[in-house]
Order: sequence, then C-alpha cells, then structure tokens
Amino acid sequence: MTGATESYELDVDGRALPVAAAWLGESLLYVLRERLGLPGAKNACEQGECGSCSIFLDDVLVNACCVLAADATDARIRTVEGFGDADHLSDVQAAFLGTGAVQCGFCTPGLILAVHDLLDQVPDPTGLEVREAISGNLCRCTGYGRILQAVEEVKATRSGASGPRGESP
Amino acid sequence: MSTGTEVRPGTRSGLGQSVRRPDGTPKVTGTFAFSSDLFARGMLWGRTLRSPHPAARIRSIDTSIAERMPGVASVLTARDVPGRPTYGLEHADQPVFASETVRFQGEPIAVVAAEHPELALRAVAAIEVDYEVVTPLTDAEAAIGAAPIHPDGNVFRHLHLRHGDLDAVGAVSVEGSYEVGMQDQAFLGPESGLAIPVDDGGVELFISTQWLHVDRDQVAACLGLPPERVHLTLSGIGGAFGAREDVSLQVHVCLLALRTGRPVKMLYSREESFHGHVHRHPARLWYRHHADPDGRLVKVEARIVLDGGAYASSSTAVIGNAVCFAAGPYRVPNADVDGWAVRTNNPPCGAMRGFGAVQVCFGHEAQMDRLAAALAMDPVELRLRNALAPGDELPTGQVITGTAPVREVIEAAMALEPPPLAATDPPADGTMDLPGGAGLTATRADVVRGTGLAVGFKNLMYSEGFDDASTANVRVELDHRGEPLATVHCAAAEVGQGFVTLAQQIVRSVLGVEQVALRPADTTIGSAGSTSASRQTWMSGGAVELACLAVAEALAERAGYGGGAPDEVLDLDVVELLREGPIDRTRAHHHPPTEPLDEDGQGDAHVSFAFAAHRAVVDVDPELGLVKVRHIATGQDVGRALNPQAVIGQIEGGIAQGLGLAVMEEMLLEDGRLRNPSFTDYLIPTALDMPPVTATLIEQPEPGAPFGAKGVGEPPTISSTPAIVAAIRAATGLELPRIPVRPEHIALAEA
Amino acid sequence: MPISRPTDVTATLDALAASPDADLLAGGTDLVVEVNLDRRRPEHVIALRRVTELAGHDTTDGRLRLGANVTYSEVEHDLAQLVPGLAMAARTVGSPQIRNAGTLGGNLGTASPAGDTLPWLLAMDAEVELASPEGDRSVPLANFLTGPKSTARRPAELITGVRLPRVEGPQHVSKIGPRNAMVISVACFAIVLDTTNRRVRTGMGAVGPTVLRSPDAERAVTQALDWDALTCPEDAIDAFGRACAEATAPITDHRSSAEYRRHAVGVLARRALRRCLST
Repeated sequence: MTGATESYELDVDGRALPVAAAWLGESLLYVLRERLGLPGAKNACEQGECGSCSIFLDDVLVNACCVLAADATDARIRTVEGFGDADHLSDVQAAFLGTGAVQCGFCTPGLILAVHDLLDQVPDPTGLEVREAISGNLCRCTGYGRILQAVEEVKATRSGASGPRGESP
Repeated sequence: MSTGTEVRPGTRSGLGQSVRRPDGTPKVTGTFAFSSDLFARGMLWGRTLRSPHPAARIRSIDTSIAERMPGVASVLTARDVPGRPTYGLEHADQPVFASETVRFQGEPIAVVAAEHPELALRAVAAIEVDYEVVTPLTDAEAAIGAAPIHPDGNVFRHLHLRHGDLDAVGAVSVEGSYEVGMQDQAFLGPESGLAIPVDDGGVELFISTQWLHVDRDQVAACLGLPPERVHLTLSGIGGAFGAREDVSLQVHVCLLALRTGRPVKMLYSREESFHGHVHRHPARLWYRHHADPDGRLVKVEARIVLDGGAYASSSTAVIGNAVCFAAGPYRVPNADVDGWAVRTNNPPCGAMRGFGAVQVCFGHEAQMDRLAAALAMDPVELRLRNALAPGDELPTGQVITGTAPVREVIEAAMALEPPPLAATDPPADGTMDLPGGAGLTATRADVVRGTGLAVGFKNLMYSEGFDDASTANVRVELDHRGEPLATVHCAAAEVGQGFVTLAQQIVRSVLGVEQVALRPADTTIGSAGSTSASRQTWMSGGAVELACLAVAEALAERAGYGGGAPDEVLDLDVVELLREGPIDRTRAHHHPPTEPLDEDGQGDAHVSFAFAAHRAVVDVDPELGLVKVRHIATGQDVGRALNPQAVIGQIEGGIAQGLGLAVMEEMLLEDGRLRNPSFTDYLIPTALDMPPVTATLIEQPEPGAPFGAKGVGEPPTISSTPAIVAAIRAATGLELPRIPVRPEHIALAEA
Repeated sequence: MPISRPTDVTATLDALAASPDADLLAGGTDLVVEVNLDRRRPEHVIALRRVTELAGHDTTDGRLRLGANVTYSEVEHDLAQLVPGLAMAARTVGSPQIRNAGTLGGNLGTASPAGDTLPWLLAMDAEVELASPEGDRSVPLANFLTGPKSTARRPAELITGVRLPRVEGPQHVSKIGPRNAMVISVACFAIVLDTTNRRVRTGMGAVGPTVLRSPDAERAVTQALDWDALTCPEDAIDAFGRACAEATAPITDHRSSAEYRRHAVGVLARRALRRCLST
C-alpha cells in the first residue's frame, strides 16, 4: 500500500476487531465491508446522500461513509449485523418483512437502523416526523409507502405491548 | 400457452396472497449478498479509465507507468480484447474500449486491476492519453443531417407511422411542443461484479444484471470464447429499472480475471455509475390533435425526436414504442407519427421503466388537457369519450384482443375526493409540510393547490417479432424428513420486484407443495429473457407454471391417470408418488408471435397492453416555484393481482420515479458533459417528497396470460409524471412544456 | 504518525504545529467525502472528535459561546430556545445522519458559500474563536470568510468555537432547495430583529462568493419599522425584499440560475421579515 497506513482496533457490535495496516483514507464503511466482513452497511453514494451505510457510532446514527475508520477507535460501533439475525429479528426488521417494505433491499439495512433510532427517541412520532426521520435514507424501489406502514405497525405493536404494564390509556 | 390454471382457494401462501419474500430475512438482517458484497480469496480490484471528453480522437495511450506501479497486476486497453471489439443489445456498435474515437464523456479507455482500490485508482490516474478534442455533436435534431459520428450513421431508427386518412382534419385542433429531460434510473446498488477464472480457460462471472443470457453472449463474443465457457450467476441486485439491461463492466472484469489469472472485483462509484449505464432518452415532441366538436379525436399528428446518445443500446425499440403509443390510450382513427432515434455525443440512452411510453405520455396528456380547454370540456370527460376499449384499433392497425379497462382506471383514479386544502392546514410545526419543507420558505397563504389527471399505457413483453421466451425447471422430491420439496430453477433476474416470491406462489398453487426452494439464477439453464418490459410475471411465471403442469402430469401418470390430469394433482398423494423418486421437468414459455411494424408503422407488433391513470394533487408556491405533491390516486389495470402487496409496492415505487421526472430528476448536460453525476446534485425523491398513494387495482383477467395477470411495473411510471405536471399547470396557469419542472420555470414565469 | 487523536486544544495545536498541512477532521461530512471522491489524499489527519474544549456551549458576560464540535443535531434539538434561527438553519442541513455528525466548526472551516449556518451567524455578528500557539483571537465572521471555501484561519490555528452576542427579538431562517429534504442550498436568508438595539440584521447564503449582508436594506427597514408595535408598512417590506435581492452576486450553475437565486432571496427576505412582525 502506498500512502499513509495505520493499524488500530474497532469496537464493532461488542467485539474488538483489529484492523492492520489500513490506508489512512479508508472510510469506516470500507473497513466494515472489505476488512471486517460486515457488508450490511451498503455503499451507494459514498458522500452521505443516501443513508444506505447508516450505522450507530456511540449510539448516534451516522453515515459510515463519512466516518474516517482510523478515527472510529474508542467508539462503540453498531451495525445492522448486531441488530438481529434470522432467528431473532428485531420488531422493525419483522415489520419490514410483513408489510412488503423490502424490494431490492439495498436501502433496507440503513432504513432499519434509522427507524430504530427514531422510535427509540420518539416512541409515537407523527407521520411527518417519520418522514423527516427517514428523509436521509433514499429508497428507489418502494416509494416509501410500505416502509411508512412498517413504522406504523411497530408503533402500534410497541404501544400495545406497553399497555399491560399499566401505562395510562 | 397457459391453461389458465385455477387458483385453489385456501392455499396459504399461493397466488392471490400477499406472501412474504423468500429473500426478505437476509435483506433485513444485512446478510443478503449483493454483487458489491462479493469477495474471493486473492481478489484484485478493477477500475476503469474514462474519457473526460464527450468527443475526441485518441492520438496515443501510454500505460507503461501504470503497469510498473507496485500492486498493479494488469492494465488493459482495446488492443487486449481478444474477441469482437464491440458489443450492444441490438447492434454491436459500442467498443469495449475506445481506441481511436471517443463518442461520449465517460467512455471507457482502459481498465486496471490492483491489490487495493486506492492503488487501482492511482494506476488509472497514471495512464496517459493524448486526446485531440473534437466539438461534440449534442443536438439531436441537428444530428439527423449532420456528418456521421459513427460508421453506422447517426440515425438509429426512423419510423413514420401512417394510419387512416392523413388528410382528415377536425373542427378543433391544438398544437404543442414539449421536451423531456434525461432521467437516470438511479438504482441504489452501483454496478458491480466478481469474475473468477476457470481452469478450462473460461470464466465465471457473478453479476447484477437484468438478463444473464444476453450478457453471457456479449461477454463471450468479446472474450473470443464459446458461450459455454462463460458462466454467469446472478448476484444480489440493488435495483435495475432498465439500467442493467446493457453490458457495463461485464467484459472488462472478465478480461482482467482472465489476464491476471485471479479473481477480480469491480465496483462503480456513484459518479462512475452515472457514466457507466444508459439513461432514459431525452425527447423533443411536437403534437397536433384534431377533434370534432363533441371531443372525438379525429387525427393525431406527432413528431418525436429521441436523443439516443453515442451508441445504439435499445434505441430502435424505444422509438418503436414511442411511435406506437404516441397518441395515448385513445381511439384515434387517423394518425401521422414521425419518430426518430438518433446518435449524438451525449451519454448513451436505452431502457428505463416505461421505455418510450413515458416520453410520449407527457406530450399526449398535455395535448388532451389543451384540447379539453379548446373544447371547453371537462378533461376527464374528454378522456372517457375517447378511451380505448377491447376491440378497438390502435394507430398501428392492431386490434386490442385482450382487456383494456381504460374507462375503469380513469374512474378509479377520479373516485376519491381530493384532500381539501384546509384539512392539512399546518399546526405549529406544520410548515414542514408545505412546499419548501424544512426550509420554512412558505406559509399557507403563499400556496395554491392544483389537481391533474393523466392516463397512459404500454406494451407488455418484447414486440415486433421478438420471441423473448422463458425457461424454467421444476423438480419435486421428498426432503430428508420425507416432506415434498419443490425446487425451481429459472434464469429470471430478481431485481427487487419479487419474482422469487411469485415463483414459490405458483408452485404452491399449481402443485400444492408448500415447501419451495429456489436455485440461483444462472446460465446453466435456458434464457428467461430480460427483467424488463413488465414481462417476467407473464413469461417466467408462465414457464414455471408450464413446468409445474408437466410435473403434475408426470405425477398423474405415476398415479395411473393415463392422459395426465393436472387438475387432479392436488388430490393425489404426492408423498406416496414421490417415493418412486424425484420428478424433474423443464419447460419453455413463448408468448403469441408478433410481427415487425411495416414501413408505415402498421402491424400486430405487441402481445398485450397495460393501462393506468393517475390523479395528482399538488401544492405550489408560485412565487418561489416550489412544489409539494400532496396525493396521488391511481387506477391500474393489473389483470389479476397475484401478490397484492407486491403490486402496491410496484405502484408506489413507480409513482416515485414518475414524480422525480416531473419535478426534480434530470441529468444536466452542457456540451455533452454531465454536470451532476452525484446524489448531491441528481436528486431523487425522499420520504418528504413522496405523497400518500391510494391505488385501486382493476382486476380483469387477461385472456392468454398465465393466471390472467398483467405485468405491473411500468404503468405507474408512465402517467404519474404528466398528472403531476397537469396539477402544477392547474395551480399556476402556466404552460410548463418541459420536464422536469424546475423552480425557475414557475417562479420566473410568474415574476 | 498518520492520524493524531488529541484530547485537548494544547495537544491539537502541537500536532498542527508539527504538521501544518494536516487535514483537520471534525464530523467528516466534508473531509471524508472528499477522500472518498478522490479529491483529497490525506497524509496526516488531526481528528478533533475527542477534544473536550470543543464540545458544548456556555454563556459568559452575556455572550453565548458554542463549541466547534457542537453538531447540527445538538443545535436543532437542544439549543432551539437559545438560538432559534440557528436551530432552523441546522434542521435544513443534509439528513438526520449528516446533522448527527456535522459540526459548526466544520461548517465554518469549510466555508462554503452555501454553508447552511453561515447566513444566520453573519446576521448575528458572530465571532469565530481561533486558538494558536501565539494565543487566542476572535475574528468577526464577515472578516473570517474571505471567499468561496477560503477563510482567514492561519495554518497553525484551530477553530475552537463561535461567540454570539445576546440579541432579543424575533428571527427567521429560510432556505430553498429543489427537494423537500437533503438538499444543497440554492438560496438562504436569515433575519434577526434586534429589538434592544433596534436594528435589523441579515445574512444571505448561496447568492455570492461567500455569505453576504445587505447593509442598505437593513438600514432602510430599520428606519421604516415601528419598533414598538413591531409593524412595517407594506411598501417598506417590498422594498426590503428588492434591496436584499439587489445586494446579491449570484452565479448560474447546475443547481440554479443567477436570476432565480436573486429573485428567490428577495422573496425570502420579504417573507422572513413579515414572519418576524406582529400580525
């Protein structure tokens, strides 16, 4: 490798993963995908204009393509791979499946994280709040309709689930 | 031909149900392997050197520095292409690498394979090309008579449709000129592929494409290999919409793998993707509509010029469609339509969702509104009065033998009350919901509302004599638990539309076998044709059905029913019969033959047609020219909805792309140079741009179609655009003859 | 060492002194994108994420200080009461993900003529805080921004924050893009009515080589306003819009035409002023 290289360790989904002799210019997206074998964050624009590479960095939703991997040391990185597997889908993942929110699926991992982020912060968002929260995640297949429906279903399920715990109606 | 198999009620996950995608779980967990996710041990990274000039002569190419750079395994140019030096869908007129002449900005000159993408990038930058820059030919109209910029000439196809009495005139006539900008498919998953050399001298290519076999044939020809030594397997596809119908990096990545003897991966950046695939043809349209005083169309005259860019791609078929559908879904006794698709030094154009019907629909629907105004008639009534119906003749002379629920789609789109302006009046935070969004540019008082209707149609399947057959294999056996298992093998490209789901549904409904596996689509089975022209449900769905029926017949034979009785299969004891061993059948499905258009544009060129209508409600801030589409109501002719949820997904997604063309999406060119090859500047709709959609599915089973279903992918993209522009016209009173409508078109016209 | 990860300003300045050409990395939404797009090849990066003094905000002597690492999201969600105009501007930046990463210091350092926070900061007479081994200084934003993507920051200097005077009175920021979200500014207008000092102050983005004020328009409307009633004659509002438009020097590019930008700023100015007035 010509140019500056760097070795460091990243905390990804609770695992300490070494990165050896990486080119300084590598984004976290590249390192996740090509060095650490975590392709769930997708590469569609590499300039923060599509949200396909959304991940959590210290619990904050960001585009991995805008994070310099060598600067992501001592931060907790959470990817879609850490959110559920085939046997343990998150409620958002399950709702995306059930409502037909997935077509080609390229935007899906980023959107799932964006929806988790929204609903963790705002449990009962208005329709406009949902649209604004996912406005940084481009989808070219669905026209967003089924994705918005998936969010509504998760909202309904979560509020139903919290009912028996005695929250006021 | 289809037997029109009945769907058994009660099939849990068969036809007619909103069945979940079999690839859904890997897609939501991030484990689905898109072509850009692939890797192989010892893999190199390929990268392309592209011309910065739209037109140039190449004096020399010096790759010596790049070849000597550390970590660089190979640098290839035109002289390294062992087989045919050109490729193309219909005419092989596009060089694998430009060697003497550059005909568009971004045309590949060389490729590099290196150990790391950054090294490949540096090597590409180190290749020295001496260009003699030439003034590009960028005006499509001028190109018709200009000196040829390619040995094959500048006119891809000239088609002059003449139908009926060309001297007929109406009591009322309206004339208009319209323009459509260049739209990009802007799928999210950029072009990517992984090529692995095979010991026999062949190559294995994992690729995202719409049509494996046509890729395979083009790649093999350029590599100088027999097709059987080139094996393609479909990888996960991040959307397609027409942009993956042509070869992009397929030949390049295989050449690099064969030369280096190592796996090579290529992955386009977004900027490269904009340069690396074909786009929707920009169009210039002129129309004159004639009608009698009651609003019956007498004659439609049109001239259509499509800019095909530097290479042919599918231009000849796109202009064929544009001419055939130029008058829209209306009864037109007399027509004179002059269509041209021409070569320029602009980026090559080819397939995009709607394929020629999109461009003309913008013209004919603007004309219908103009005609309604001239007649002082309700534009909805005008359309109903002229709506095509079964048995009517198209301007091509073809009689519609299938369903044509034009009246029904219009009535469905108009059935709902438009949302009232006051109902969405913003609360405190609600200014977000006005045109301008979070920019807080408008208050409610600055905004006017408009409503518009548009209707469109197009063909399903390939046309003009093309036999785009599909092949499928269905195997049934007992799995390790003794349960029946069906496995489907078909080369149909799953691009997101849900063919994989449909294939399972068909097997469940026809054979009653719940457990259905899908083999990867590849070239070890026959062609399935392209995932385009809204054709896979009909063609590959039909092939899967035929294979299932053949399996059913074999089961029936085992059970002792002599003649084979497919309808009885669901009553057979399949488990018992399969104890004798698996049953495996391959069948091809052909649609009824069509014929080429003759020199007057006449002939039974198409298999079937699908129709849709859209009513758009928009809010416009006329002073700033900002638009917010509030609602779309649509009626769509679907034949039968085999998976209603997937149909709705196609409708909403198609409308989003139509909305994009109406108000924001355009590849901006200046002297052949693309000025906005990025998602920062090529804008596609976000969740804040896309309105709620209310869709009514018109279900009239299409005779001859497997399960009565029509393809549903394209119609939503055809008439949504003109409906939105009609609504903006209604709100502003402006003519708006060009799409996309930009803020200045509204604001500066008003000011 | 290719990347420095200092945790305080002193160490940052040391790293900067050792390699004055180093790329300063804050939210990454400009720098990493330039690297991705092959427009910049980093040799040495100084990452500012961990520098504690650049975080947060405080008020001393009636002046508010916002740290350079304050993100757009923090402004939008946490500081909307304190700096309402800045919160409006922050909400128009890119996407939620970009707003979570991008920082005020980055917006200042990049100094794009379309930088979304800059018009409001200019209207507020913000001062940019710069630290260097020679000591700290603060530079009025108008002097800090010297041209498209160029600033008065010296090679050894670090942007540590921005200081704002306390201003009482209504304010508004509006921005035009051809899409309803995630869009680069085609024209942006900020207005601050300083009711204490009875002054109208403006900032205009994406309509000149850097963000601009419209001093003539400000003067005229300051005089035309009835400051007690917070009303203004219609003709003066219209004249304000025209004068603001006249103060612009826009270009035509692929995002818009100069003509539209000038027109749009005039409309935004008029509407923004009206929003700040009593109805």
